[in-house]
Amino acid sequence: MKKRSVFERMAAAPHLLWSAIFIIAPLLFVVYFAFTDRNGSFTLENILSLSSYSHTFVMSLGFSLIATTVCFLIGYPLAYCMARMSERARNILMVLLMLPMWISLLIRTYSLMALLDNGGLVSAFLTSLGGKKLTFIGTDAAVILGMIYDFLPYMVLPIYTTMTKLDKRYLEAASDLGCNNRQTLFHVILPLSMPGVISGVTMVFVPSISTFYISQKLGGGSFDLIGDTIERQFKNAVTYHTGAAISLVMMILILISLAVMNKFSDSGEDIIV
Amino acid sequence: MKFLSKFYIGLIFLILYAPILVVILFSFNESGSLSHFSGFSLYWYKELFRDGEALEALKNSLILAVASSLIATLIGTLAAFSIARAKSKRYQRLAEGVSNIPMMNPDIVTGVSMMLLFVGVAGILKLENTLGFWTMLLAHTTFNLPYVILSVLPKFRQMDKNLTEAALDLGCTPAQTFFRVELPSILPGVVSGLMMSFTLSLDDFVISHFVSSPDFKTLPLYIYNQTAHEVKFSMYALCTLIIVVILALLIAVNVAGSAGDSRMRKKVKKAQGVSVR
Amino acid sequence: MNKEVLIRLNGISKSFDGEPVLDNLSLEIHDKEFITLLGPSGCGKTTTLRIIGGFETPDAGDVFFDGKRINDLPPYQRQVNTVFQRYALFPHLNVFDNIAFGLRIHKRPDAEIKTKVKEMLALVNLKGFERRRVSTLSGGQQQRVAIARALVNQPKVLLLDEPLSALDLKLRKDMQNELKNIQHQTGITFIYVTHDQEEALSMSDTVVVMENGRIQQIGTPTDIYNEPVNAFVADFIGESNIVDGMMLEDYRVKFSGHVFDCVDGGFAKNELVDVVVRPEDVDVVAPDKGMLKGLVTGVTFKGVHYEIIVDVAGFKWMIQTTDFVAEGETIGLSIDPDAIHIMKKSEFSGMFGDYSSFSDELEKLSDVTEELEEE
Repeated sequence: MKKRSVFERMAAAPHLLWSAIFIIAPLLFVVYFAFTDRNGSFTLENILSLSSYSHTFVMSLGFSLIATTVCFLIGYPLAYCMARMSERARNILMVLLMLPMWISLLIRTYSLMALLDNGGLVSAFLTSLGGKKLTFIGTDAAVILGMIYDFLPYMVLPIYTTMTKLDKRYLEAASDLGCNNRQTLFHVILPLSMPGVISGVTMVFVPSISTFYISQKLGGGSFDLIGDTIERQFKNAVTYHTGAAISLVMMILILISLAVMNKFSDSGEDIIV
Repeated sequence: MKFLSKFYIGLIFLILYAPILVVILFSFNESGSLSHFSGFSLYWYKELFRDGEALEALKNSLILAVASSLIATLIGTLAAFSIARAKSKRYQRLAEGVSNIPMMNPDIVTGVSMMLLFVGVAGILKLENTLGFWTMLLAHTTFNLPYVILSVLPKFRQMDKNLTEAALDLGCTPAQTFFRVELPSILPGVVSGLMMSFTLSLDDFVISHFVSSPDFKTLPLYIYNQTAHEVKFSMYALCTLIIVVILALLIAVNVAGSAGDSRMRKKVKKAQGVSVR
Repeated sequence: MNKEVLIRLNGISKSFDGEPVLDNLSLEIHDKEFITLLGPSGCGKTTTLRIIGGFETPDAGDVFFDGKRINDLPPYQRQVNTVFQRYALFPHLNVFDNIAFGLRIHKRPDAEIKTKVKEMLALVNLKGFERRRVSTLSGGQQQRVAIARALVNQPKVLLLDEPLSALDLKLRKDMQNELKNIQHQTGITFIYVTHDQEEALSMSDTVVVMENGRIQQIGTPTDIYNEPVNAFVADFIGESNIVDGMMLEDYRVKFSGHVFDCVDGGFAKNELVDVVVRPEDVDVVAPDKGMLKGLVTGVTFKGVHYEIIVDVAGFKWMIQTTDFVAEGETIGLSIDPDAIHIMKKSEFSGMFGDYSSFSDELEKLSDVTEELEEE
């Protein structure tokens, strides 16, 4: 092509500048704080001290993996059922699915808390059945339930989208070649909807492992997930060095998870092709 | 099979909406109880507006959302333009990759890293109380940028390259070409990027939580503060109001969209009728 | 024809990703000329056009316009306008605004814009279409708008990049005539790119046949058809039987085991040559009356004539005849001296002109792949 004009080159400048200052520089600050002490000299102390948080990391990872798995197990069939509805019904369901995503996470978590609260409807109902007084808020289950409830739409939406975009001819070809509905689902739809699954899993896993609001509300304030720990380090602690170290490790943890997942999806595609 | 799938869809959506419906219902509850509905009342709504704090937070949220989404749309659109035009594939991937970092990273890391930047720079410059409106604006613009690029870039890539050349051919300078030909054909992408930024900014809590100060509170921050320690029924009222507004907007957009569609279809049909005749 | 040179390309070379597309190409284009760049896809014709339009810069060589070197002049400062292959009409503007676009950019007064656009609409037979959206127009109408949009700026030169390729056959024929008329009326130089040889022959003053990034032949349509310089041109323009021959002396050539009289001379004694005989120039006669004898292996009815494939000692000839002959019949072939055209051997010798693997389906298939490649 011909030489690029001044305008074309200038158009990139604001974004490059912005990215450098507000995306790259902050991450460098995280690295800097993670590897320095109060006086600004280099240290590995912060990273090494994280061993005392290993329980936190393991618990967060476990919780978010469970939440992601359950979201997939609930969300995939839901997307599949939705995709098979009539177009009119699908449009309405789509709005119903999007609406919760537009409502702030704070509000939705808070609503769930209202329902499950120790004085709330569910416990009142169970108590009236003659059971003993149940405390639900503050349990592991409550926190995981919160994650599932909050992030389920993020699992369903991408899967549903890839499914509706699936070329109908593949399905016709499959049934032409003798697949029944079940076989079509497992041999054609599932492999072809993998990109949607991958992005759904990402969209549930990343916010789950880093949340602090859900565990604060539904965990009754007694939970220490990674998100809570980071939040406390930055909002309350005197220095940010430990918080920076935890953030850095979590970021790397997530990057590795995403890379592994992409690896899977790549090889999956290879199999299809 | 059909019945089973309908039942399943119904069940999941019921569970999804139950808590929200409970909040809406109990926001009208006379007594401050979560288990007994004792009577209809607007008490909690009056309570909500008794001090001006909620309205102040709403105003702050709107100002921030408008400003950050406009800036992000401007910078992001230009960026998408230059990425789509860039000769080297490596640069394209790099620029896209960097701007996607805030989208891939968990919000808490983005928030924390920006807080460190602001605090760090303030420390170097010996400034106090740096956090506030301006840091919020910078942060919101930053996390809006990838969404603008994401919705505008495909429009640039889909655009018929001949259109650009046709404009140059007819005497437009590259800048004129951008504003007269390219911008109008990518406009749908720009608008959706703007809307997405606006709502993301209104909605954001996590990043704001780290780069804000108590002097400048947005609606999510206000809700967080109010619900930090106890159940507040005035917050149920606020949530109900927000849900109603979102619902109204969603319906309005959908109705307007489908109305526009059908009007367009009619026009095309009419035009085809003319040409057939 | 006016002989004033308007555009001069001088030793142009261009490659994309190390793949040479144009190889030391030189060409002169005269004022008020209708010149066509003709060749198969990938021959470099579109690149040549884009270099003249300013959308590509040559790696080597110079472009002169009216005597001035314009290599580095951006498209918007050149006095040429382009009709793009797929029209490139602005979807956000209606017909009037599309045509007025260039005038508005050049800040012409509103009144002038109005009258000029009106004139143009009349010229391309689209009166009353001002307010229509371009997406509601048919292909032919869009084509006319694209032509009007370019012409309204009164360019010195109009570049047309396969402008009719997206239209169906009937419409294409009509538009060919219309374009020719418009060129006559406006007196603007047209540089026309196409891979359709029929289109090139029927419209142009001058045809430039290109292949492998080089010009193979420049000439009037009749020259190109009657006196192709090599096997490529002979095969690309119309149907040709191309056989190996030997020039015994001036006006005597031997091929297919028979010595023919011909009208060409100037070759060395016993020089090996390519001999071109057009299918319509061969007469079918009784087997014993012909110069050559062959077996009919295929007959296709084409409407005006039959197209028959004749095996003459292993080489398959295509012959067009109005008399029916049956498959399996043995016939004689008679060729007049002026129907024989002798060409020097070239890089293309032996690649074209044998109909042993010929079929209509194949031809159509290759047309389709060509169109796909263009995209």
